[in-house]
Amino acid sequence: MAFISSGYNPDKPMEDRITDIGNRYYGDFLPPVIKNNFGKWQWHEILEPGVLMHKAESGDEVYTVRVGGVRLMSVEHVRELCEIADTHCDGYVRFTTRNNIEFMVDSKDKVEPLKQDLSSRKHNEGSFKFPIGGTGAGVTNIIHTQGWIHCHTPATDASGTVKVVLDDLFDEFQKMRLPAQLRISMACCLNMCGAVHCSDIAILGYHRKPPMIDDEFLDNLCEIPLAIAACPTAAIRPKKKEITSEKDGSKKEVKSVEIKNERCMFCGNCYTMCPSLPLADAEGDGIVLMAGGKVSNRISAPKFSKVVVAFIPNETPRWPTLAKDVRKIVEAYSKDARKYERLGDWAERIGWEKFFEKCDLEFTHHLIDDFRDPAYYTWRQNTNFKFTDPYEYSAIKAE
Amino acid sequence: MAKFETPLLDQLETGPWPSFVSDLKRQAEHRAANQDKIEYQIPVDCVEDILGVVELSFKDKEVHWKHGGIVGVFGYGGGVIGRYCDQPEMFPGVAHFHTMRVNQPNGKYYTSDYLRQLCDLWDFRGSGVMNMHGSTGDIIFIGTRTEQLEEIFYEMTHKYDQDLGGSGSNLRTPSCCLGESRCEWSCYNTQEICYQLTHEYQDELHRPAFPYKFKFKFDGCPNGCVAAIARADMSFVGTWRDDIRIDQEAVQAYIGGEFPPNAGAHSGRDWGPFDIHKEVIDLCPTQCMWMDGKQLKIDDKECTRCMHCINVMPRALRPGKDTGCSILVGAKAPILDGAQMSSMLVPFIKAEEPYDDIKEVIENIWDWWMEEGKNRERLGELIKRQGFQRLLHMTGLKAIAQHVQEPRHNPYIFWYEDEVPGGFDRDVTEFRKHHKR
Ligand code: SF4
Ligand code: SF4
Ligand code: SF4
Ligand code: SF4
Repeated sequence: MAFISSGYNPDKPMEDRITDIGNRYYGDFLPPVIKNNFGKWQWHEILEPGVLMHKAESGDEVYTVRVGGVRLMSVEHVRELCEIADTHCDGYVRFTTRNNIEFMVDSKDKVEPLKQDLSSRKHNEGSFKFPIGGTGAGVTNIIHTQGWIHCHTPATDASGTVKVVLDDLFDEFQKMRLPAQLRISMACCLNMCGAVHCSDIAILGYHRKPPMIDDEFLDNLCEIPLAIAACPTAAIRPKKKEITSEKDGSKKEVKSVEIKNERCMFCGNCYTMCPSLPLADAEGDGIVLMAGGKVSNRISAPKFSKVVVAFIPNETPRWPTLAKDVRKIVEAYSKDARKYERLGDWAERIGWEKFFEKCDLEFTHHLIDDFRDPAYYTWRQNTNFKFTDPYEYSAIKAE
Repeated sequence: MAKFETPLLDQLETGPWPSFVSDLKRQAEHRAANQDKIEYQIPVDCVEDILGVVELSFKDKEVHWKHGGIVGVFGYGGGVIGRYCDQPEMFPGVAHFHTMRVNQPNGKYYTSDYLRQLCDLWDFRGSGVMNMHGSTGDIIFIGTRTEQLEEIFYEMTHKYDQDLGGSGSNLRTPSCCLGESRCEWSCYNTQEICYQLTHEYQDELHRPAFPYKFKFKFDGCPNGCVAAIARADMSFVGTWRDDIRIDQEAVQAYIGGEFPPNAGAHSGRDWGPFDIHKEVIDLCPTQCMWMDGKQLKIDDKECTRCMHCINVMPRALRPGKDTGCSILVGAKAPILDGAQMSSMLVPFIKAEEPYDDIKEVIENIWDWWMEEGKNRERLGELIKRQGFQRLLHMTGLKAIAQHVQEPRHNPYIFWYEDEVPGGFDRDVTEFRKHHKR
């Protein structure tokens, strides 16, 4: 492995340096049919799951075949999709916001061969490389974050949880038989570098134990004031501590911090600022399931997802409880909601108490908001509830 | 022969959804075989080590990556995220394994030639593992060593005319829906404005000078395909202010069952024959539609442009022609103080080149936030802390009823002194002349 220079000279970093050039111009990457009809599209139709046709004012048509992409992909995989783009699409391809891949052709007769090619490609152990679907009133690709493959704060894996949920819901990805589109999103910690807080269903990694404190090393590795300031609940305070050194067994006094466990909401902010405050824990970490959010303004306003399952353990490698709970929600929604009704609108129409009953999910105290002011607005201030068990005094009275 | 046994990950190779494990194994084999005789610049077996370290996480149920540390390219404060493995002896190939963010083309169209160039570069100087795309929108290169960062940057800028994206407390890589390129509903050219602002604000994107991250996202219409309203500090959402365009013949074709409702999105289930009253008119949130004989009527003054009727009958209804966008501000994920959606700031603004009005709004907001924002305080949190009125003041905007869902619930109004005749300074002695102690 010999080092090969790109031409960059480390002694003169400014020599020939090119900076601040930004991204490439999108106009250079548009297929001709797209370029010719830019801003002149008239209507579209989903011809079958995964296949769209857009009609332009000029009469031109573009046929799009959408396939599920995995966000994490190798260059070999990308090269393979380039080969498909070359064979069928004059060398053009596009990705969607939800990590799907779209292959576009300019006439209908090119659709079938493209579909055949895409569906025939499988990985060694049999999974599809390019499953067609993800359109209309169904489940589309789950957007997600890095997880155990690359980040430092995840409370669960991203690619793994997404794989098992989409394996389980694969039919819904390929069929358009739900009342409306169902957007599932996944973020592996509360940071939500992929925002999931407005999704029909959100899978969220969550820690449940306060950080450990690596006293001996903390002051060397961290700016203590920054760690303290990072905590949204002011749970961290500076503290001088008497410790026995791990390095040489000596007793010494170190500058460190203490954490008020009862104030910690396990967000990991402090760990992001200070590596001496790790949170990861096999038993503590797992998943929070949220539901009922949306971003579209259609019919009703955008809304936040609500927590519907407080904790699901990390049952690697296939997270059976997660898959089961998601399926319960999707099935109840599919059966009960009206055409065009998003999951959150359905839950609001029937009432959340009915949502828990119909989805067969247990309501626990964790699901009542107690985080600051907005909490109050989520409690019930009316008498218009529905009767779902248990509700009577004798039945809800503590033992 | 695989370097590590991966019995847990192997169980993610079955099932129909594309298996990232199968893909990683294939990449590992591709590197080991090295048919193109590439002089790999980071360990050949780094992908084996990824599989190994992820398998270990599946076993331990704990992550094995550590924090960043400061790595990057000269003169930039973002675009590279440092990453180290916490078991470097076990997995030397990924001991140093930094991420690079590469600013995607807007709308995410590519030519295969260009994608291959990126692949070749990344195979040669990195792990060959990437994200298409990361959550913010960038192409993500996962895993390379520190000494390769400048080399990659040099090749990218010199050969491929391509720059890095943002990370850290700066402008994050802006992103948009595909807009007018293929969507009949787009109310402005989302790609163009995204491209132009990305280029206008390169300094803000590469050199962290903000209190925290800042995101722009551009949705072409209120359907919100890039989730601007939920994810961006400044959310641009296309809209129109004239009338929905109606093709009455096409309306009849929907009523007659010739065209599938909602562009065929519901064809997987038998929902019965299309009923324009049940499916459109009764679901209109503002109840501003009705049938007048065979004519569909819309009272456009009452319409709030929710897109429902247009989504259901795309061949009959189209957004108006006098288009622009709304600007909403302050969205963020729950960290720190709970999730926020963007709040309406400018109900309507033309989104046309050279975008001077839009830049004015942006820069007014930045001036305020950079002056007053605390370390790691998102714009939405500053607005909450100092109040929406302060935002209006700093952007030089008049309060209008569109800014609120409803007026305030309490009368605790913080009157400004200059709003109250005579001001706040009074003479208590004078007062006592008329009011005994
Ligand atoms: S959600 Fe959190 S753990 Fe996951 S990739 Fe983003 S910052 Fe890292
Ligand atoms: S995890 Fe969050 S709440 Fe807990 S101590 Fe750290 S910063 Fe504070
Ligand atoms: S946000 Fe609107 S304009 Fe943009 S792609 Fe989605 S539907 Fe089309
Ligand atoms: S866009 Fe929405 S509010 Fe306007 S007429 Fe159509 S359904 Fe009604």
